[in-house]
Amino acid sequence: MKVSLNWLKEYVNVSLSPSDLAHRLTMAGSEVKGTQVIGDKWEGITVGQITAINPHPNADRLRLVTLDLGTEQPTVVCGAPNLRLGDRVAFASVGAQLIDGHSGQVFRLKSAKIRGVVSSGMACSERELGISDSHEGILILPAEAPVGIPLADYLGDVIFDLDVTPNRPDCLSVVGIAREVAALTGQRVHLSEASYEESAVPVDQQISIEIAAPELCPRYSASLITGVTVAESPGWLQQRLLKYGMRPINNIVDVTNYVMLEYGQPLHAFDYQQIKGKKIIVRRAAGGETITTLDGVERLLSEDMLVIADEEGAVAVAGVMGGACSEVTDETASILLEAANFSPASIHHTGNTLRLPSEARMRFERGIRPELALPALKRATQLIVELAGGKADKGLADIYPGRLDHKPILLSTDKLKKVLGVEFSLDQIVAALTALGFDCRTEASTLEVWVTAPYWRSDIHQDVDLIEEVARITGYDKIPATLLGQPLPRQNPEPILSLKQKVRHCLIGYGFQEVITYSLTSLEMLNRLLPESRPLEPPPLRMANPMTAEQEYLRPSLRANLLATLSSNRKHEAVGVRLFELGKVYLPQPNDLPEEPEILCGLLSGSRQERSWHGGDSAFDFYDAKGVIEGLLDKLGVEVNFEKGSDASLHPSKQVAITIAGNRLGTIGELHPKVVAAFDIADAVCLFEINLSQLLPFTAAHKMFQPVPRFPAVERDIALVVDDDVTHYRVQSIIRGFPLVAGVTIFDVYSGKQVPTGKKSLAYRITFQPLTHTLTDDEVDKIQQQILDKLSQELGATLRRQAP
Amino acid sequence: MLEQLEELKLNALKELGAITGIKELGLWRVCYLGKKSELTRILRGLAALPVEERKLSGAQANRVKADLEATLSQKEQALREAQLVVAAEKGRMDVTLPGRPFPVGHLHPITQTIYEVCDIFASLGFQVVEGPEVEWDYYNFEALNIPEEHPARDTMSTSWVDFKTGDGRRPMLLRTHTTSLTARVVESRQPPIRVVEPGKVYRYEASDATHTPMFHQIDGFAVDRGITMADLKGVLYEFARRFFGEERKVRFRCDYFPFVEPGVEMAIECLVCGGSGCRLCGNTGWIEILGAGMTHPKVLQRGGIDPEVYTSFAFGMGIDRLPMLRYGIDDIRLFYSNDTRFLSQF
Repeated sequence: MKVSLNWLKEYVNVSLSPSDLAHRLTMAGSEVKGTQVIGDKWEGITVGQITAINPHPNADRLRLVTLDLGTEQPTVVCGAPNLRLGDRVAFASVGAQLIDGHSGQVFRLKSAKIRGVVSSGMACSERELGISDSHEGILILPAEAPVGIPLADYLGDVIFDLDVTPNRPDCLSVVGIAREVAALTGQRVHLSEASYEESAVPVDQQISIEIAAPELCPRYSASLITGVTVAESPGWLQQRLLKYGMRPINNIVDVTNYVMLEYGQPLHAFDYQQIKGKKIIVRRAAGGETITTLDGVERLLSEDMLVIADEEGAVAVAGVMGGACSEVTDETASILLEAANFSPASIHHTGNTLRLPSEARMRFERGIRPELALPALKRATQLIVELAGGKADKGLADIYPGRLDHKPILLSTDKLKKVLGVEFSLDQIVAALTALGFDCRTEASTLEVWVTAPYWRSDIHQDVDLIEEVARITGYDKIPATLLGQPLPRQNPEPILSLKQKVRHCLIGYGFQEVITYSLTSLEMLNRLLPESRPLEPPPLRMANPMTAEQEYLRPSLRANLLATLSSNRKHEAVGVRLFELGKVYLPQPNDLPEEPEILCGLLSGSRQERSWHGGDSAFDFYDAKGVIEGLLDKLGVEVNFEKGSDASLHPSKQVAITIAGNRLGTIGELHPKVVAAFDIADAVCLFEINLSQLLPFTAAHKMFQPVPRFPAVERDIALVVDDDVTHYRVQSIIRGFPLVAGVTIFDVYSGKQVPTGKKSLAYRITFQPLTHTLTDDEVDKIQQQILDKLSQELGATLRRQAP
Repeated sequence: MLEQLEELKLNALKELGAITGIKELGLWRVCYLGKKSELTRILRGLAALPVEERKLSGAQANRVKADLEATLSQKEQALREAQLVVAAEKGRMDVTLPGRPFPVGHLHPITQTIYEVCDIFASLGFQVVEGPEVEWDYYNFEALNIPEEHPARDTMSTSWVDFKTGDGRRPMLLRTHTTSLTARVVESRQPPIRVVEPGKVYRYEASDATHTPMFHQIDGFAVDRGITMADLKGVLYEFARRFFGEERKVRFRCDYFPFVEPGVEMAIECLVCGGSGCRLCGNTGWIEILGAGMTHPKVLQRGGIDPEVYTSFAFGMGIDRLPMLRYGIDDIRLFYSNDTRFLSQF
């Protein structure tokens, strides 16, 4: 909402500087986003009147223009196409600062010889003055502009650009802002009730009004003005509308817009002759009904939309846009002027459905009070009579089914202190509220007051609303800053949060970069994860109104967007990339919100070490990913099993499933070559993925400390020859089952010339840890033999060699 | 015998003197003091000698042995010291060469900021809680005093999930603010309550330098007897002081949010221009950091908390903006394009 300081001053005395005023308004809730000063650079520019226009002796397109500036009558060279004798214009003397109409550069006006004639000064365009971009001709001032006064005194202004909050439709008006200014600066608002001459014909005889949908239209009032002359508005009115970015149309429409800006009440003018049956019916549209609106578009209406109709059909979409058939034209002689009140929800719905934003709609949507209709209607009627002639019929038509009784609200000093934390006396409270136009009745109490909001305020419903009024008028800076003094509430930290934090810190310790990708993705991206094309099961959650095809589905896994991130980073990262994301995936559930488990997903690709003079250029492989997970789980104190995996996105034989107590928690593997290619990645990519929400219960196990051994451990190395399909896991499990075995470490895996075809060699270091005495060689030999016997029986393992 | 011993000693010492390496000392020891050495042989042969001679030669032989051992020990020490000096002298290298690289990982700057902000509020007794990102209209809007057709809905363009109820309504959405979790907390917990609620939020908006369809927020919520707006101010000022620094000016002004009354907007003095006005702050000198206020009585009532007994405040702020301001990042999209050249700077 823009507000002109000059206009504001018509209703309230302003003694503050524009910047101080902007600050006060901002602090009190109506933020001033911008302040535009018009005319602060207009030194040497005055209002002049054209008294003579003569041809230029040496140029056809130029004229010699003589102007009356009151004290002097200069003659200058002018090329503007819109010169007219008697017009008042902005005249810049030599030395004035202007903006070049073509380049936009600021310059100082100098005396110049133009085609042989000296010209000292010039008549200016709007662009040259910095008012607008218009440069087709010079600015023509209204006829009432006083000749000889500085232009800044006549046209100078300050325009505040206010961000009015949605609860304050009353502030979408100059009068509303004036009321705020008055309350904040201890002034009064001057606003006299409009008056105009009326004819003897009662308006009720000329028009009948029926509200068929009172739930959507609490009030409908109208006046009738006959014998008007539709013409251009006077300059002052046009200027004001232009400052607000509104295009002047004619004196009738301009008045409705002007009064809307002034009072905040939207108005609509109908050509009375076009209202069939002299009857206004406010009703819901019939299904399939259409109307051609003022913009010439035919619009299909539905039953949940409100229309203003005459006996034959809709003449306007209520509160949103007028109809073309009843539009005020140059031929219009009688005006039916509407000031009504419509349900905010209905206007919002209709405006949204028809995609018609408008100033009127915005005000209705925010819920202006029905009481505003009559003052605005009278004011607009007065202005139309003044500017377009004609006479108003006697009285106003007014149907008001939605009249509400606004009960006073009780406010106590105690309650105010309870909310704000600072004490206000009843006098202070009453003073602040009265300044805003609230009616306060204290009834001899010094502790509480009954308050009724003024008719223009639609946002006051309970005592906290009044408390805010007191606080903002007094100033939020009067509220002290204290820290909570209450006892600390009991803390019940959510264990998943600390798990997530531990996991993140562990992974950055391993050199991983955390990323955060969008939760939304596309079907195409998700399909890239599948080497064989088939429908996603279960189908991911789809958005009803996707912004783009790339953001149509809620991710069921972190993989797709993470792989895309890896792909784009591989293009510039010469060395390997380690990335992880820890975030939610969204798994649909029937008739409920999706499940949102927390997933950790990590990727490794490229070379394991940074290339350096220390050498090392090997590529990440499956065992790097597995090492990360083993290290992480060790840190978390969780023991898991690794089982054969069957994840379609992964290489069929280079993957393993992470399980615990029969639950599948995640996966480690190398991505399927087709998937890697689908994401346009050149190297192999290894992945790990764990469902942290499922892992969480297993991390909570209570741990007991293990004593540090008092007796020396004994280590033995053995090398076994086993069939190729015997897994390390089976060997290790058997060895671990023996007493005193504290550790089993595999340190070599070999298959090749040294062992028979179809066999491989596995070398283990076994750590025997006695608890009660120092082990003898014999004891160790005995257990080791038992181990070898069992490995031989169960896995057919033979001893290859025993290290000395 | 005595001369023999004397000669042996002289030879041994002469040879020892010529030794330069520690290894040779071992050979020397075997030769002169070992089991098969001359000296050992003499010592063993003593028993066969007559008493007088045995006494004399024995004493002499033992003296020689002791002398040799002492000299050997001195010699060994001297050689070892010399060796250390040499070792310290040797092995010169170019210490300007880089060390063996250890990979360095980084948390995403948004994660870092969330942890930092949560830590500040945790120190003020606020517990961190998290909640669903896909949410019912009720918790995101209705419960927060934003009924359907409320103008505040227009300011938070919503991404709706393609899910319809039997009666044709579409009640599932991506939460537009973390305040939706406040609506859940008010329903599920009993006062006293102090929580902060960080997380992802979503808007139906095209991306540009200041907008992304997904970003992060943190909401805060406190309920107890006797909580006031002065407490809200104190808590938020404390946050600003700790996050932005002691000297950064803070402003508390009236603003409107449907779920609070009175409503507050907190701004800090512009970090670029220091209040004189620049492009970043839109020439106002102030940068809006968060919205807040005293929780609306209707919101408390809806969750089953009696607003006549308890008072409450709530606040909410964008997370992404904080590192943008702190590090001078001019494009929010950088956080989600995840270029490691950007991320590894934090």
